[in-house]
Amino acid sequence: MTAELLQFLVSGLTVGAVYALVALGFTLIYNASDVVNFAQGEFVMLGGMVTVFASAAGLALPLAALLAIAVAVLVGLALHRFAIEPARGASAVTLIIITIGASIFLRGVAQIVFDKRFHQLPAFTGAEPIMLLGAAILPQSFFVIGGAVAVFIALFVFLERTLLGKAVLATAANRLAARLVGVDTSFVLALSFGLSAAIGALAGILITPITLTSFDVGTLLALKGFAAAMLGGMGSPLGAVVGGLALGLLESFAAGTISSAYKDAVAFLVILAVLFARPAGLFGRRSVERV
Amino acid sequence: MGARFTTLLILAAIIAAIPWFFPTGFYFRVAALVWITALAAVGLQVLMGQAGQVSLGHAGFVGIGAYAMALGPKYLDLPVLACLPLGAALAGLIAWFVGRPILRLKGHYLAVATLGFGVLVTMVLVNETSITGGPDGIRIPRAELFGWRLRGGETWYWITGGALLLGVWIALNLQDSPSGRALAALHDSEVAARTVGIDVAAQKLRAFVIAAIYGAVAGGLLAAMNGFVTPDAAGFVASVEYVTMVVIGGLASVPGAVVGAALLVLLPQALTLFHDYEHAVLGLLIMLFMIFLRAGIVPGLAALLRRRAA
Repeated sequence: MTAELLQFLVSGLTVGAVYALVALGFTLIYNASDVVNFAQGEFVMLGGMVTVFASAAGLALPLAALLAIAVAVLVGLALHRFAIEPARGASAVTLIIITIGASIFLRGVAQIVFDKRFHQLPAFTGAEPIMLLGAAILPQSFFVIGGAVAVFIALFVFLERTLLGKAVLATAANRLAARLVGVDTSFVLALSFGLSAAIGALAGILITPITLTSFDVGTLLALKGFAAAMLGGMGSPLGAVVGGLALGLLESFAAGTISSAYKDAVAFLVILAVLFARPAGLFGRRSVERV
Repeated sequence: MGARFTTLLILAAIIAAIPWFFPTGFYFRVAALVWITALAAVGLQVLMGQAGQVSLGHAGFVGIGAYAMALGPKYLDLPVLACLPLGAALAGLIAWFVGRPILRLKGHYLAVATLGFGVLVTMVLVNETSITGGPDGIRIPRAELFGWRLRGGETWYWITGGALLLGVWIALNLQDSPSGRALAALHDSEVAARTVGIDVAAQKLRAFVIAAIYGAVAGGLLAAMNGFVTPDAAGFVASVEYVTMVVIGGLASVPGAVVGAALLVLLPQALTLFHDYEHAVLGLLIMLFMIFLRAGIVPGLAALLRRRAA
């Protein structure tokens, strides 16, 4: 019994860590610009695909991974510069459709540049599962969870302890006020896109040895990451992390104990229940409407 | 009266005239697909454009309407076409039940709740293989009207064109009715709407139910025309496409939803010429449309024309 629970726990945390990273990406961009970036999943796809193809071309895995993150960051910056920036001042829903267009575009380009097949990366340190209290755990799971934790800590330190991080938080809190005290908000905006692309790409690199990747893995991840961000409360980095992990655990335990076919359904039912009790998510600020 | 009548007249003229330009019978089928998709998009426009509420689960209702056409004849021995109003009523009823709690949520939270609804519908359609046929889909018996079998692209072209005309007429009337004005008021400011005595929750729920019925009728027609339906009709991607259609055409405009639907159905057909570049070009076009015509195609072009005239 404990073995089973441990098994669900680890696989839930592994998937949840990826959802949390995607949700963090959503949150960063949303805070800086009010844009819900539906192309977030494509950063994850780029991370996995570029690493696969670069290492197939002979690049060492760490270098391939760095290259993948660099490519994703460039794409993120380009997305901001050429798609979001020209539409500045447009309504939120217009901006969302632009990111949906960007996501279709990126998927289309990926299918030309790469291919339409599924690809795998070798696990970073062997694929032999480790037996722990009767549960079989892939070593790669530790990389995924560890990598996510490292990102959380680094992001926390960045946001809370550095001047630039505080500028990001200030921009999220009140854009106009931030600009008035001298924050370069358009730089913060570009930074947020680059940062969230890097985080997405990292998630893609870490998870690809377990789940495979292809040009169209982004849609599902964007959907799950969005749901996780909502569960945690849009705009709260802590909420994104908790929401992502909770969603992963919910799916894993629902799959193990109720039905693997309906795991997503169980996850969404719980999200609905949470939203009915707390309409702004677990950690979301209750919005006060000015009349 | 004037603008509404002109819109309907233009749409009717287009539906009546374009078959003259069809080089082959295949085009009837593509155009019928446009009318059906537009009908679903018009329904979503009532919810999004008129009431200002987002739905990322619209395709769920399309799926309910479509599967009603398959399951009604199979399990209840009903004639296929009788299942069209049945599916619509069922979708409306489900929307009423689901909408009451869901519509208390706002903005992105509402989006994720409706997304969840769509996912639930798709899951049931995919997993209950013994009833729904699972991911491979299910056949729909040939529809008959007074003993006359409905078949062929041309027949369906006129049926779906007529349905769209009716749907647009109702949506336009709704926009100008007291209830439409109430919706517009709550779109602008819910608090202000409540202060002047509008029952905000009831109006939102109405729009949600209306959108669901439009979606289900469109789904039913789609299934009957194709003689086949798969869970993809109810999927997340389809829901996102409906939202894209409404926004790209012009959120505030009923004819905009038709234009958006036409664009998103026809573009991929036209882009098959580009083979592998299809998705890249489609994504690029969506971005360009939204960057340069922020309010959507129909309101955007109307504003351009007005400026040109002035």
